[in-house]
Amino acid sequence: MTNQIDDHLDELEEGDTALGGLRSASSRLLHSWRTAGILIPFLVLFAVLSITSQPFLHTTNLINILDQQAATLCIAAAGTLVLVAGGIDLSVGATYGLATVVAGEIAAHHSPVLAIVAAIAVGLFVGLLNGLIVTVFKINALITTLAMSFVIGGLALKVSGGNLIVLSANSGFYKFANSQFLTVPSAVWMTLAFVVVLGLLLSRTTFGRYMVASGGNAEAGRLAGVRVNRIRVVTFTLSGGAAALGGVIDISRLLSAQAASGGSALAFTVLAGIVVGGTSIAGGEGSVWRTGIGVLFIALIGNGFNLLGIDPLYQQIVLGVILLIAVGLDSWARQRRS
Amino acid sequence: MSAGTFEEHPHRTADTPGDDLVVAGVSKRFGGVPALSDVSLAIEPGKVHALIGENGAGKSTLGKIISGVIEPDEGTLTLGGRSLVLRSPREALAHGIVTIAQELAIVPGLTVAENVYLGSEVATAGFVRRREVHRRFRELAHRVHFELSPDVLAGNISTADRQKVEIMRALSRNASIVVMDEPSAALSSHESAALHEVIRSLARQGSAVVLISHFLSEVLSLSDIITTLRDGRLISTVDAKTATEESLIEGMLGRSWTAAFPEKVPVDADAPVVLEVDHVSARGVLDCSLVLRRGEILGIAGLVGAGRSELARAIFRDAKISGGTVRLNGTGLAKRSPHRSIQRGLVLIPESRKEMGLLMGRSVRENISLSRLDLVSRLGWIAGIRERRAVSQLMKKTTVKAANMGMSATMLSGGNQQKLLFARSVMCSPSVLIADEPTRGVDVGAKRAIYDLLVEMAQDGMGIIVISSELEEVLGLAHRTLVMRHGRITAELTGDDMNEQAVLAAAFSETNAT
Repeated sequence: MTNQIDDHLDELEEGDTALGGLRSASSRLLHSWRTAGILIPFLVLFAVLSITSQPFLHTTNLINILDQQAATLCIAAAGTLVLVAGGIDLSVGATYGLATVVAGEIAAHHSPVLAIVAAIAVGLFVGLLNGLIVTVFKINALITTLAMSFVIGGLALKVSGGNLIVLSANSGFYKFANSQFLTVPSAVWMTLAFVVVLGLLLSRTTFGRYMVASGGNAEAGRLAGVRVNRIRVVTFTLSGGAAALGGVIDISRLLSAQAASGGSALAFTVLAGIVVGGTSIAGGEGSVWRTGIGVLFIALIGNGFNLLGIDPLYQQIVLGVILLIAVGLDSWARQRRS
Repeated sequence: MSAGTFEEHPHRTADTPGDDLVVAGVSKRFGGVPALSDVSLAIEPGKVHALIGENGAGKSTLGKIISGVIEPDEGTLTLGGRSLVLRSPREALAHGIVTIAQELAIVPGLTVAENVYLGSEVATAGFVRRREVHRRFRELAHRVHFELSPDVLAGNISTADRQKVEIMRALSRNASIVVMDEPSAALSSHESAALHEVIRSLARQGSAVVLISHFLSEVLSLSDIITTLRDGRLISTVDAKTATEESLIEGMLGRSWTAAFPEKVPVDADAPVVLEVDHVSARGVLDCSLVLRRGEILGIAGLVGAGRSELARAIFRDAKISGGTVRLNGTGLAKRSPHRSIQRGLVLIPESRKEMGLLMGRSVRENISLSRLDLVSRLGWIAGIRERRAVSQLMKKTTVKAANMGMSATMLSGGNQQKLLFARSVMCSPSVLIADEPTRGVDVGAKRAIYDLLVEMAQDGMGIIVISSELEEVLGLAHRTLVMRHGRITAELTGDDMNEQAVLAAAFSETNAT
């Protein structure tokens, strides 16, 4: 009976024409935010920076931004899948750090291929573990990955002995992220490929659909035959693998590794990029390409502030405000719907 | 209510009898569907006034209007001759009208006393005066003869005791009119006996009690006045002394709209058995057995909370089974996995489409194809054209009306949302479909379309189980009806035995007798 009434009430709201006009206008606005979303502010910022700052539009500067953001982009792309499927992964920063020291230690003594494979395997394993803890033991993903990030951070310190690992620029390992193709470094190409693959995975495959169902309404998904737990485990595993890939790319770029690199700062930057890109923090909605734009948007703010010589202090404040706006829009959209 | 107001009138209710609450010509429509039409009645202080009717008759709607949860479209409320406009439960509270809802609003982490005074804490400068709270609590408990310890955590007490907490909260706020919606639905017979005593004492002390209940025996033993509603209309308001169980059932059912159902197609006696449920026990389900044949529609009737949905989910292997077996087309469904059930040809349309059925924010297309994406994809890659073609065929078959298949499910009417779930089920081409409350919150026209669909699916060779709180629906569709009560199947009715009286007798009979 209660449910019936609620249904009726909903129908009432949907049916009411005076309200309906307003509702549909606002939902159109929201819809366009979700689809075009971050792209508009991104383009505006891009145009503004192009005009106000001479060096901004230089190819070197632009490629440099992409190169610097390669790791963040990879991790955020996979993180989008985690969020869409209804989870969250705060351990990516720590996993990134662990991957860099694992890759660094191995690359210092063995073949670079082994270093890369081992680091990514470690990342995948950490992600798998996260996923299993969240689904099998039903522990909240936020807490699980937060706790795991301490465990992983400790492990990374153990692996590196707390030392900074420095690799030589002559090693084959350097080529992994720094080979040039069409004047663009391989780090950027790899990132591009990775983001495109994950983007297609989310938007074009059955697996993507299942992720959306798992995050949008897990109960409904389960009753419709979606193996929600399995889907979530895979997203966490991908996220761990992506964090390791990011770590490997960065150590190859920078030729130094440290257990403490990445950390919570990276995890939050990644999350910020995803959320600014319009992916719902509550799951069930999101897109990888918009995450890419979100990450770059934040990077542009940083880059722009540097080029224009504005106090970096304001950069933090601006980023915070943008995040709040993005999350606010999302929760507003959800309230509208229910 | 602030602590200040509380201080000013510590005993208003207990001593001063309230005023008559008069409901005059009240109507309410939900999305064009009338839930209440021109209902008038008077609620007098010191009396227990029962509202009865089938599910959907409008009794809860009326209860909610009285308690300010919803506003009527037409008609007025007056309290002691003064016009009363209630925009929220809070405003109702200010007039001494308190609701004790089906879902209790208890904070489990607070003590009993803290819960009673929640929102109207006895405090000085923000500090709760613990001793004063205890004193008042004891006074109040004594007045209503409750034995409750004020310091126990509310999370640790029984449902009946929680209800007592709610009632004490109502009284602490000077309630003169208490609306109770199915108060004993969740209680054991021992607990409801205690509750009945409370209701009587409330009335003795001058409060008016509006009792919304399914349980006729409870209604007859407790109330002074009984109002019967049917299809949103007031059928009768009678003195409880003159009413009998039969007369009330008669009034609740009345003449029903019968043209609403498609003709029944007889099932071959030797049609193969598609589903065998053998002595299944699960949470809320005790030792249930049933057999379903190809082409058959089996109805399951019973009160809300009788274990019907629990049985459905046990059969669907979404819930743990503690005993017994489920066999689909002769092979057992051993593992708990909805995914596997669907693969094997058993589909469930869950009772609540919004919470358990649909991805509300997603498109019609995504909602329909979700269960069988494998049919429109290759190696995990969804073939857009194939999916659209399949979905548009399914939309046609199940008569889903949507501007386009990219529309989000939220934008559809309740009936069309429900049809999305049918479209999804048809795509699975199952051998057994379980439809739990298939027409809840659906308007009459869409209901007929869903009935036609069910009959058509049965003729296509599915075995179908229809669970519904609407008796007519079960009787109008099913070849055979099982009645559940307290987790057990208490009656199996076929042919001429399958009538409303028999179902009601099996579903109601003394369930909550004290």
